[in-house]
This record gives sequence, C-alpha cells and structure tokens, in this order.
Amino acid sequence: MTATQTRGTSPPATRQEAAGRRGLGGVELFMLVLVVAVLARPWLAGLTGSARAQAWLTVFVAIVIQASPFVVLGSLLSAVIAVLVPASFFARALPRRPVLAVPVAGAAGVVLPGCECGSVPVAGALMARGVAPGAALAFLLASPAINPVVLVATSVAFPGRPGMVLARLAASLLAAVVMGWLWLRLGRAEWLRPRPRPELAGLSRWPALLAACRHDITQAGGFLVIGAAAAATLNVAMPPGWLHAVAAHPALSVLALAVLAVVLSICSEADAFVAASLTQFSLTARLAFLVVGPMVDAKLFTMQAGAFGRRFAVRFAPATFAVAVAVSIVVGWVAW
Amino acid sequence: MNRAAQGFLLFLVGGAVLRASLSQEYLRFVKPGLRPLLLAAAAVLMLTAAATIWPELRRHRDRAGAEPTDGDGHGHSHNKARVAWLLLLPLFALIALVPPPLGSYAADRTGTALQPPLAYANLPAKDPIQLTLLDYAGRAVYDHGRSLSGRRVEFSGFITFGSHGVPYLTRMILNCCAADAQPVKVALTGALPEQIRPDLWLDVVGRYDTRQSKDEVNGGPIPYLDVVSAHPVSPPADPYES
Repeated sequence: MTATQTRGTSPPATRQEAAGRRGLGGVELFMLVLVVAVLARPWLAGLTGSARAQAWLTVFVAIVIQASPFVVLGSLLSAVIAVLVPASFFARALPRRPVLAVPVAGAAGVVLPGCECGSVPVAGALMARGVAPGAALAFLLASPAINPVVLVATSVAFPGRPGMVLARLAASLLAAVVMGWLWLRLGRAEWLRPRPRPELAGLSRWPALLAACRHDITQAGGFLVIGAAAAATLNVAMPPGWLHAVAAHPALSVLALAVLAVVLSICSEADAFVAASLTQFSLTARLAFLVVGPMVDAKLFTMQAGAFGRRFAVRFAPATFAVAVAVSIVVGWVAW
Repeated sequence: MNRAAQGFLLFLVGGAVLRASLSQEYLRFVKPGLRPLLLAAAAVLMLTAAATIWPELRRHRDRAGAEPTDGDGHGHSHNKARVAWLLLLPLFALIALVPPPLGSYAADRTGTALQPPLAYANLPAKDPIQLTLLDYAGRAVYDHGRSLSGRRVEFSGFITFGSHGVPYLTRMILNCCAADAQPVKVALTGALPEQIRPDLWLDVVGRYDTRQSKDEVNGGPIPYLDVVSAHPVSPPADPYES
C-alpha cells in the first residue's frame, strides 16, 4: 500500500513519464490480446469441440452473464455508499455497540434485493465507511438469503410448505449473526486486507463515483470469472449419481447437499428450485443447501478473496460453512 | 490494466451483453426474465465505459493537460487491477466460441428433476394438444394420464439414451441460468424415425402410455409416450423450459 500512498504526493509528470516508459500495460496490450485471441480462434474452437468442453463453456458463460446485472448493481450501490453516503449516516443508523450492530446489520440485508455477487462489493464499501467488520460481514452473509426476492422464489419453489421459507429466513439470519459475533470475538483486523480507496482521493463527486464504479465492476468481475470457471469445472467433473448414493443417510445427506451448494454456485434467487427437485433428500438437508449456498460457494470464495484478501477468505469461508451447516441442522430439527 | 484499457474492456463486455440480449443468444445461458436486467447492466457498463474513455481521448488530444482527473491510471503497481484482464475470457467465449445450449451431455449426468405440478390447467380441445414436455411428464406421472386419455399430444425436445438404449426425449429445465439446469425425460416408444442420435431435436405427436421407468441416475420417474409421428426440427430459440 505504500506505493499507492506515495502516489498522491508524487508529481504527476513523473508518473506520466514512468507509465510511458513501461509501455505495454494498457490499451496496446489489450489490443494485442484481442488480436491473438482472434487469430487463435480456430485452434481454440477445435480444442473446445468435445461435449464436455462445450458444457463447461456454457455453464461458465451462463454464470458470468447471470451474475453480471447483480455485479453491476452491487458495484453501483457500493460506489454510491463510498462516495455519496456520509460515514456519519452509518454511525447513526447502526447501534454503537458492535454486539448489537451485528444483528441489526444482518437484518438490514432484507433491503438489498439481489443475489450474492452484488453483496460482496457493498459489504466492502460498508467496511471502508467505518461500519464494524463484524456487522458488515453479517450483512454480507444475510442479504443474499433473506431479501424478499429470494424468499418469494423459495415459497414458489416449495408450494404448500411455508415452513421452508421461515426456516430459511431464520437459519440464514442466525448463521449470519453468529458469524458476525464470531468475527467480533476471534477475528483479527490484519486478516482483512485494508481497503483504502486511493482512486477516490482528492476527486470531486462525479469523477469519484465513476472511478469507484469502474474499479468495483472490473475487480468483482475479474474474481467472478475465476469463481465461474471453478464452478463450471466442478459442475462438469462431478461424477453422476454420487448424490443419489448418499441421499438415504441422514447425516451424510446434509453434508452432501451443503457441499453441492458450494460446488454448484447457483444464484440465490434460483437455488430453491434446485433444492425442491432434490426430493430424495430430507428437508433438513435441503435447508442446509439453501443456507450454505448464498454464504459460501466457489464463485463467492474467489470474490471474497478479491475484495477482502486471501488470508481472510481461507478462514472465513470454512468457518461460515461449518456454522451454516450446524445452524441448518438445529433449525431443521426444531422445524420438522 | 490502466484506465483507458478498463474503459475499453467495460465497453466490450457491455456490448457483448447487449448483443446477446438483443439477439436470442442470451436464451442459451439464462432465463428470458433476466433480459431487462441484462439490458440495464449493459447500459450501465457502456455508460461507465464512455465516461471513462471520453476524458482519456480528450487528454490524449491536448497532451498539455496531462494530469489525470481520477486515479487508477497509467500502469502504477496496482496488483489487484490485473484480475480485470480475466474478463476477456468470458467475453471471448461469448463472442468467438458461442457455446451451444446444454444438451445430452448434461442431461445424461443428471437425474430427471420431475416435480408434482401445482395444478393441471384445462387442456384445449385441439388435436393434437400442444403442451410442454414438462407438462406432459407431470400429467403422465402425477395425474396418471387422466387428462390425457384418448388424446394426442405434441411437444419437442432432444434425444438422449438411457443405459439400456431406451430413447428419451429430454428438455433441460432452467430456473435462472444454465448452472442450475436440470433435465426432465420422457421415454419414447412406437413410431420413431430410423436414425436418431443424441442431441437431435424432434417434434413428436403421440399418446399417453401407462408404462413408467426409473431414471438410472437418481431413480426419478420417467413416463412413456407412444409416438404416432415424429420429425426432426431445429432447436427452438429458447431451448429450455421452466
């Protein structure tokens, strides 16, 4: 971060010259990549001719396209938070004590009607705006699972079972709040990559909004690509039939569907329909699928690593997985 | 990646999303209902790109005012910015490789996702009755073909084969995007064309058949259709049902 800090004070002319000397790195490199890609097209098309490679490509592109409106929406919102909403707003809106701020922020997730790709940049912007990390993380985990769009989709997918909607709401909120409290107790600030916004320093309002938006879209988009590639790979490599084999076992089935949620990386607005179709599994196992999916999955992991740093993601994702599964089992046991 | 390159990248990504959602191509990847959101996202992407590129061009024209008006520019060591290059991958896949809709490969690997329907709408008095493959399968399995008896039905799908060589007509059911697509399969018997192969799209007219079998992958129910006539068709613009 020292480089970016000194940047602000270095005379602009030197920077400009340095960039000129470095040559490639911008538009020229960009054009070069495009030309190479176009020339290599026939070879690449041949390479991706098999049914498996084509299924991979379709799932890969589908995840990126499907997530793009939510990444754009989330980045816009995050830019607005970073530039237009004063930090004092969050200080007033949330309880001063972090222990209380966590559940309030988690419940506030209701207001962001999107899926998990959009909530990552928003949570990052909240932290940069001085919201306690534990509270911002509770928001990050809760919002994709408990917003009205997702709850309505869940009730449509499970007709005649309003219990599923309530169980999803309760378990997701509970898991998010537990994770927020865990972070207050055990989390260390150094795990989180500090997230100053050097690109915004000294800018007036609209250029700052533009810079923040552009920065967030390209960042979140890039990490989304890694996650989509991982999810598509797992999707295509998964041996058919393994789910069926474990469906009858009460404990294994819960774990299996939790793992499936991580693997498939389905948008939280659609996961209820997939859960509904997994009829050979218990309701508790399907609840675990619905609670884990919006909190931990292949594409979320890479996006979180991108937004908050790898040291954060390798600790946070497994802990979230464990908490989400445990909470699902408890809620499922109470509900059914 | 410097600012101008980011601008070009966002412009291309926005343009690709716009093109895919204006043509029917986006239907290979996501459900039709996402179209307004995709168009809005494309608009934001292209506006952001234009607002980024325009001052760059102006600055390029009069080099004297070389001070950038906002940051993230010009090759400084901003490690994270490199990840943006990865956006070229889906862009290239979408524009140049144009992956096909999911077909028999995906369908063979996943069990049928047939669910009890919420309700059975009244069928029109036409002959044959045109319905979706999913509708037929739901009526055949969970309504025991009551609404179908004595009627001819027509629907389309692509060919897949069960483990014993039984031909299935299959549709992928999609809830949001192709990552959540799951197949529904109907076993075919009766008058089938001589040469059928996986992924061949057929339009079939047939009658309800009381037989039923189990999906090899998940044990789910697969109803039968007694085919009266069948002919190959080109895949529909929206290859999925929902």
